Amino acid sequence: MSAVIEKQVRPVHGAGTAFKSKLANLKHQIIKNRVSYLFLAPYAIIFLVFTVIPVVVSIGLSFTYFNVLEKPKFIAWQNYVKLFFGDDVFLKSVKNTFLLAAITGPIGYFASLMFAWFINELPPKIRAFMVLIFYAPSISGNVYMIWTVMFSGDAYGYVNSTLMKLGIITEPVLWLKDPRYMLPVIMIVVLWMSLGTGFLSFVAGLQGIERAQYEAGIVDGIKNRWQELWYITLPNMKPMLMFGAVMSITQSFAVSDVTIALAGLPSVDYAAHTVVNHLIDYGTLRFEMGYASAIATVLFLTMVICNKVVQKLLRKVGQ
Amino acid sequence: MKKRKYNYKRPNRSLGGDIFNIVILVLFGSFMVLPMIYAISNAFKPLDEIFMFPPRFFVRNPTTDNFRDLFLLMAQSWVPFSRYIFNTLFITAVGTAGHVIIASMAAFALEKHKFPGSKLFFNIVVTSLMFSPVVTQIPNYLVMAKLNWLDTYLSMIVPAFGYSLGLFLMKQFMVTIPDSLLESARMDGAGEFRTFWTIAMPCVKPAWLTLIIFSFQTLWGATGSAFIYSEELKTLPYALNQILLGGYARAGVGAAVIFLMMIVPIVMFMVTQSSIIQTMATSGLKD
Repeated sequence: MSAVIEKQVRPVHGAGTAFKSKLANLKHQIIKNRVSYLFLAPYAIIFLVFTVIPVVVSIGLSFTYFNVLEKPKFIAWQNYVKLFFGDDVFLKSVKNTFLLAAITGPIGYFASLMFAWFINELPPKIRAFMVLIFYAPSISGNVYMIWTVMFSGDAYGYVNSTLMKLGIITEPVLWLKDPRYMLPVIMIVVLWMSLGTGFLSFVAGLQGIERAQYEAGIVDGIKNRWQELWYITLPNMKPMLMFGAVMSITQSFAVSDVTIALAGLPSVDYAAHTVVNHLIDYGTLRFEMGYASAIATVLFLTMVICNKVVQKLLRKVGQ
Repeated sequence: MKKRKYNYKRPNRSLGGDIFNIVILVLFGSFMVLPMIYAISNAFKPLDEIFMFPPRFFVRNPTTDNFRDLFLLMAQSWVPFSRYIFNTLFITAVGTAGHVIIASMAAFALEKHKFPGSKLFFNIVVTSLMFSPVVTQIPNYLVMAKLNWLDTYLSMIVPAFGYSLGLFLMKQFMVTIPDSLLESARMDGAGEFRTFWTIAMPCVKPAWLTLIIFSFQTLWGATGSAFIYSEELKTLPYALNQILLGGYARAGVGAAVIFLMMIVPIVMFMVTQSSIIQTMATSGLKD
């Protein structure tokens, strides 16, 4: 209806009135859909205030010097220049974060998929129990603190005492103080906690595939479970695979609580320092909000771009 | 002949593959569960067992001393400990309830009404799943300061209403509500809110249980330390973390704390697992 009005109006009047008629059209649309907008409004306002505006403000602040006490001062790209050319600790944190993301992201993702697939083979009762076991570490609050005892640097630590008993090492290794071991230890803990929402999505996706599809697959010549996985299961689960990827990527770039709990902030020689740690350091300890916003912006762009690229790749599964 | 029978029941499966499957699950399952068992076992160890050398994995003489010590310690705290518990319960309950209602209303409009901007808005919400909330931490603080919400419950409760994962899951799940059902309610003269509340919401019970659990998990662990300064407004995880910082001197009590913090979300998940899995079946991201 409204489209028809627009078509009639445009040729008669000039460009200014075309804009006016568009506005009128918009007003008309809003009145027509006012109930929908009212339903959306409470969520939209909160989402706007606590998610959208903060992202915009963060990008804006990243071009300023801002210490909370004085008004932000525009300094153009200086924060970014300092970040990439004058801050060795940041570069180290980027390296650590990429290592963490590149290793724990894909491994965590494929482990979620593999375990969900293996668990799906089990009878329903045992299945529910196994889902609980694999999912539990990701929701158990700060139970990862337990790993500090496991990897404790003295002979009381489980890893040390076991390795010493086996004669592999003769004296305790400072797992969480020695820069050589810190990052690998943290990766283990992050992987241990990586079977989260994406994993549940895979479990659900696998249960949702109809038996008839597998039976049809046998007729088409599918011989073993691996072929079944590639030709039937995965293409059917594509939406879950994409959702799980988003969860994995976002999580793996945001590792920070675990490194602080295990290695401290700052960690020895910054060997376990991540970008989020750096952000916390400048944002909540040094109050250099402009600089911290630049870090946040870099992190934001990395996460979103990485997600979009992986989404593009995953669309090709089974095609 | 035997093998044929085996395959008949479960196509494309071999005995070897099944054994491999179980071996892998047991192996990695133990890796997942051992630290948890250790955490549970630790909570019931007497102090001399916690510091025993060589360390022992399982508890020998289980005792509830650590919990007794924890409650004694709680009783001595400067702010009555019940206050921390109340704060966390209050924030979790109000935040979760508000989140379920507000996100469901938005999800209902996005899924069941087509209106200009609905696609765009949903795409922005999906994009927001692609970055972690830490990137907005600093501006969030400034927003709270502008609203004068620093050091109030509001600073923890209201942002919880806006979790994007909840809206996303709810919207995807609402696909399962048949449009004809809503249509017939409208024909009978029910207003849109009535249709939403009495027809749509009962259909998506698994989804709101899921939203409750996810929101609960987040709020249950929230320390709120960024926005809250007053001791009497601080949460249970904050207080328990303070106890954990006691280190060796508080090793026993600390083990009890870790146990309490982990057991609540796990039990909640156990009870609601089937609803959550049902919801996650529609969680996929479509093109």
